[in-house]
Amino acid sequence: MSSSPGHAVPGEHYFVPQPSLYPVILSAGMFLLAFGFIQVINNFGPGKWVMLGGTAVILYVLFGWFGRVISESQSGAYRDWEDRSFRYGMIWFIATEVMFFAAFFGALFYVRVISVPTLGDMMATHGTSLWPEFAGTWPTSGPKGPAFTPMGAWGIPALNTALLLSSGATVTWAHWSLLRNRRRQLALGLLATVVLGSVFLGFQAYEYHHAYNELGLTMGAGAYGATFFMLTGFHGFHVTLGTIMLIVILLRCLSGHFSAERHFAFEAVAWYWHFVDVVWLVLFVFVYWV
Amino acid sequence: MSIATTHPGGHAAEPYQGGLRRWLTTTNHKDIGTMYMMFSLIMFFVGGLMILAVRAELFQPGLQLMKPEFFNQLIGIHALVMIFAALMPAATGFANWMIPLMIGAPDMALPRLNNWGFWLLPPAAILLTLPFTLALFGIGDGALATGWTFYAPLSVQGGMGVDFAILAVHILGISSIMGSINIIVTIFNMRAPGMTMMKLPLFAWGWLITAFLLIATLPVLAGAVTMLLTDRHFGTHFFDAAGGGDPILFQHLFWFFGHPEVYILLLPVWGLMPHVLATFSRKPTYGYKAQVYSFIAIGLLSVVVWAHHFFTAGMPVPALIYFMFSTMAISLPLAVLFFCWIATMWKGAMSFETPMLFAIGFIVLFGIAGLTGLILADVAADAQYHHSYFVVAHFHYALFAGGIMGVMTGVYYWLPKWTGHMYCEKLGKLHFWLTVFSFNLTFIPQFFLGLAGMPRRIPDYALQFAEFNAISTVGAFILGLSQLIFAWNIWITVRGGKKAEGRVWESAEGLEWELSSPPPHHSWETQPVIK
Ligand code: HEM
Ligand SMILES: [Cu+2]
Repeated sequence: MSSSPGHAVPGEHYFVPQPSLYPVILSAGMFLLAFGFIQVINNFGPGKWVMLGGTAVILYVLFGWFGRVISESQSGAYRDWEDRSFRYGMIWFIATEVMFFAAFFGALFYVRVISVPTLGDMMATHGTSLWPEFAGTWPTSGPKGPAFTPMGAWGIPALNTALLLSSGATVTWAHWSLLRNRRRQLALGLLATVVLGSVFLGFQAYEYHHAYNELGLTMGAGAYGATFFMLTGFHGFHVTLGTIMLIVILLRCLSGHFSAERHFAFEAVAWYWHFVDVVWLVLFVFVYWV
Repeated sequence: MSIATTHPGGHAAEPYQGGLRRWLTTTNHKDIGTMYMMFSLIMFFVGGLMILAVRAELFQPGLQLMKPEFFNQLIGIHALVMIFAALMPAATGFANWMIPLMIGAPDMALPRLNNWGFWLLPPAAILLTLPFTLALFGIGDGALATGWTFYAPLSVQGGMGVDFAILAVHILGISSIMGSINIIVTIFNMRAPGMTMMKLPLFAWGWLITAFLLIATLPVLAGAVTMLLTDRHFGTHFFDAAGGGDPILFQHLFWFFGHPEVYILLLPVWGLMPHVLATFSRKPTYGYKAQVYSFIAIGLLSVVVWAHHFFTAGMPVPALIYFMFSTMAISLPLAVLFFCWIATMWKGAMSFETPMLFAIGFIVLFGIAGLTGLILADVAADAQYHHSYFVVAHFHYALFAGGIMGVMTGVYYWLPKWTGHMYCEKLGKLHFWLTVFSFNLTFIPQFFLGLAGMPRRIPDYALQFAEFNAISTVGAFILGLSQLIFAWNIWITVRGGKKAEGRVWESAEGLEWELSSPPPHHSWETQPVIK
């Protein structure tokens, strides 16, 4: 990273990839997935099969496109200049993910601070209410929602917090090892991260099972159920993606990819993992705890 | 294209692909820019046809041509098509074509991603419009009929057209986010050596702020429509008071995106204006720094004013006052921009080629958008004007006279650079005068209709509104037909015409004019050095 950001080394040439069919195929796959999904939720046409087809196309592209990028990277096509593009790109991609979660946290704060208390105060402030009995305390499934038991913070969720925090430490350990060229520790660190992530997901699945079958806590349990499942659900989905990406990085490490100097993919996944980690902390505090 | 392989940096030669394959697979910013522009032009006419059907229905009071359900579908899809499939792709097309040329970059920073960003658009456009077609075959109940704003609870109860629109918005959103990331990275990482941020062309600055706004707000829209989807099909109660949710929550989330969106549509245009004004006034741009700081200020303010779109939905008085004053505050940096535009022309040796005409038309008409916006931002006044035709007229002065005419300014200005041919000046001027005349004929009556109390989004109206509606419809049809001249002019320019110089306009400044017209397929492979 000798040159200052924003400037190429004079006379250097940027890597512009060959024309590629992958992007357009990916778009077609996404169209099929979306169209099939619409069919499934509206009960018409062979939706399931269209979705399956779309998923297959997307998987094909993911393997092909990433494979292409990996081989370009291995052949030394990317130098500092290209590397910087990828880094900036990943940072701003994570920023979009932050804003996506912000929408759901926004909804959570809105119902907790505005809509639920307002509904509870209707009698006092307006002297009339559709639901005079409704107290407007949190957690709630709203005036007409089903009865449910909210999820406590200090069982599995606290354990999961510990798991994710330690996984953040193990991935950093792996990174340090990579920088010092200790390949065994690098692999061990990554493996530990993958295991911790998977255990987290296992617990999460158990928690959902418990919620649906014993607590009466479902997506339909009013404002609480909706925000609970959408926030933890999207988070869990991101942990799943992160774990898959970590596995890929682990396999690449085992086949000797990455050097102490050049390992953008490793770092991108590590950043992603930390992002998922931070989202969990906010989630733990506002969804489970207070 | 043999030189490329010999470069030490390992730049791969791009084998020339003919025919359809070239467009499907391209990683070249100029090809991708062209596709964006073409797509935008086509969707401009699709959206236009839809709204002409609406205007035809509104020509007279009473229901003549269509059922109200169909009318509702047309207005919603018209807006979504115009915003997401016509205006935004046009701006992205400009960015693709011009930013690398202007900052001396060999291409966009992430070329394959760039191609993907474009190719997400056609599937999304199909999803938006498919429900119409399916309904013709008796499947489903047509496109979404909620207007482009998707307000709950109507959208929760609506037919499957809402699902199509939700998925289309998701895909359009991914496309815009990919485009934005690419533009940010390109501007940060691909500038020619010596081009500091304060030497960056204003067009690139305008787009940079746009890209940040897209990154900050599109994911929130994605979240909002996702909640809508789960409310519709998976039993959640985000927008249902019986479950502790709130339909107004949807309006907050939607307009957190929706208000910045109007600046997303305009910042690229504000960025290109100073280039055009300086060229045809034969003077340097006035107030470069002031314009940059105004862009930044507008970008920041635009994410904290959203609730002015639903003052009447009910909120605490302090909130009303806050949103009123913060909204009005945006007109300050906006006024700085107006001042700079006018000062750039001041005492210049002006000439009035078509791009300059459009630029001046833009300044005058867009000014009306800003002034009427101030009226709407007044909480007390808005109670009267909200959801009336006054709002429709306001935002068409902003989005047609501001957005679309801004895009036309850019197209006439850069078309010779892209094609290597001069467009037909006579047709261009005819297009301009017809557009300005018929645009005003269409929308001035709508201000009066709104003031007199005619609500928007209703297919029928009281007898007293008949004359103004008839005039507006006549204007709309002239406006629509005039755009055929535009398309024809582009067509003949692409096919031939007088050869254009590299520096198309004698006093145009900037790296893009150092290249031939059209520029070579690969330009700035060796970056210029800026002193
Ligand atoms: C100083 C400048 C501006 C102010 C103070 C302003 C204010 C407002 C207000 C208060 C409304 C809500 C009216 C209502 O629904 O009752 C509104 C609507 C709207 N404005 Fe503006 N505006 C300004 C500039 C713009 C610009 C630059 C654009 C577009 C590029 C724009 C596009 C729109 C649109 C699209 C709507 C209506 C959306 C809908 O309800 O469908 N405005 N404006
Ligand atoms: Cu607004």
